[in-house]
Amino acid sequence: MKNRTTVFQKAEKQELSLRYKRRGRVKEWFIEKFILLNATLAIVAIILIFVFVGKEALPVFTSPEVQKEANLGEFFLPQKYSPDSSPNIIWQPVSQRPKYSVIPLIIGTLKATIVAMLFAIPLAVAAAIFTSEFAPNRLKEIIKPVIELLAGIPSVVLGFFALIVMASFLQSVFDFTFRLNAINAGIALGLAVIPIIYTVSEDSLNAVPKQYREASLALGATRWQTAIKVALPAALPGIFAGIVLGFGRAVGETMIVLMASGNAAIVSWNFGESIRTLSATIAAELGEVVFGSPHYHALFFLGALLFVVTFIINFSGALYVEKLKAKLTGAKR
Amino acid sequence: MKKLTLLIIGLILTSSFIFAAKNITLKGSDTLLILGQKWAEIYMKKNPGTVIQVTGGGSGVGIAALINGTTDIAQASRPMKDKEKENVLEKRGVGANEIPVALDGITVYVNEKNPVGKLTFAQLKDIFQAKITNWKQVGGKDSRIILYGRENSSGTHVFFKEHVLNNEDYAVSVQPLPGTAAIVNAVAQDEKGIGYGGVAYAKGVKEILIAKDEKSGYYPPTMENIISGKYPISRYLFWYTAGTPKGEVKKLIDWILSPEGQKLVEEAGYFPLPKEKSK
Repeated sequence: MKNRTTVFQKAEKQELSLRYKRRGRVKEWFIEKFILLNATLAIVAIILIFVFVGKEALPVFTSPEVQKEANLGEFFLPQKYSPDSSPNIIWQPVSQRPKYSVIPLIIGTLKATIVAMLFAIPLAVAAAIFTSEFAPNRLKEIIKPVIELLAGIPSVVLGFFALIVMASFLQSVFDFTFRLNAINAGIALGLAVIPIIYTVSEDSLNAVPKQYREASLALGATRWQTAIKVALPAALPGIFAGIVLGFGRAVGETMIVLMASGNAAIVSWNFGESIRTLSATIAAELGEVVFGSPHYHALFFLGALLFVVTFIINFSGALYVEKLKAKLTGAKR
Repeated sequence: MKKLTLLIIGLILTSSFIFAAKNITLKGSDTLLILGQKWAEIYMKKNPGTVIQVTGGGSGVGIAALINGTTDIAQASRPMKDKEKENVLEKRGVGANEIPVALDGITVYVNEKNPVGKLTFAQLKDIFQAKITNWKQVGGKDSRIILYGRENSSGTHVFFKEHVLNNEDYAVSVQPLPGTAAIVNAVAQDEKGIGYGGVAYAKGVKEILIAKDEKSGYYPPTMENIISGKYPISRYLFWYTAGTPKGEVKKLIDWILSPEGQKLVEEAGYFPLPKEKSK
């Protein structure tokens, strides 16, 4: 008798669990498809944006009417803007003779980005090393959220701060001729980039196995030596990934440079002079431009250029990180 | 069920009709923004139920909005270009209607500490084309001139270029700022700076006296000088509508051209239209 009941119970239990499983599967199927749908939508949206920007930039290569004013030669090569002047590179699309050289804009973008990275990398990496290797736990719990809060500040606020406060301060210290210049914009950009580099670097430092440090300390190395010679190299791929992300942000960031850089497209390597970046140019001019004009398509060409540049940087950055990882782990995977 | 849907559709239609009749949008020139807001405020007080929305962005933005049909009235600090007029006709099916609403003098500002107080028209042109690059050349201190201007979406940018620079290009080193207020702010903080913009914004900086040429006198941008034409850089400010204005819009336009509306022009720091212009 006893046996019988257990057999029955077992069968019942099995059926029940099967039913649950089946119901669970239906639910799971829906959840799975829902997530798939979301992922596809995100990807489709990105592809559509890419297609749209590409489509609007395309007349620069195909339409003879647009090419009369804006073509690759105009974009990248020095042009004779008036018969008696020497070849020059100028961005001045609203003029009797529109001038579409993107070189001043690329120089501007580079100058701002270089300053931003020079300012942000040492600070962010040093802060990450400090919080993960040296700071007592209580301090760490304050520092980390505060730096990460910096990422939550809207870029308009950062830009405004740079425009009103920082520019005057920097000018009084360094005596720049231009109040708004590449250094001012670059430092403001750096403030936006620091939390990105910091967060990623800190996470990758934390991910370094504890045994590494223990082994190093056991061999008699100081904490400083352990941090610099053991933890930092092991976390390097992650730190580099953070730097690449930060670089992408600095190149594409618009509002800060629009407000803090002065926006004059001057060609020079003097960092104390005003700059005009690719992104700020699009933001400032796209609102006004006559729909379908050469200027309109030229601005989309700038957009496509920006897209391609950030894509290449991120892609080559990712490749390099993989290589670095392989090197550090002995390339056995 | 059917009745209910019909009722809802009916409600939506009528309500949108009511809103369409009572809602007026003004968009465009940053120069006209303060004045537009002032007009809207007083008009709404006198006509409760009418809602007027005023936004800036630059004359080009307002005109683009008129072309696309997203604004009832475009505020512009420059006359419409032929191409834009064609676009209005093409997209809206009716021609653009131009209404001069006020007079404005373009003021040239320098920092309060700058000893230079007057310039000729020709000097001004050379300064903004970087042919004169040091304040010493126009009787000031020995320091570089830092130029501030407006983005090329601004009517003020275009006007200054056409009237002062003779339609030639600005120097590349002109730093375009978003809005006249930003220029005043920048010049107020920069001893080497010079900028231009509407009269109404000139606070905390010094206004430069301008002469047509060396023989004629130097004049400040005051009402008499601008209306008489002695001050050489003045312009009309415009409202544009698609087709002849009707209904609420027409009522609003009639009101701003009336002596009462024109009085507000003065209060905002601009200049009322000469009598013959405001019929």
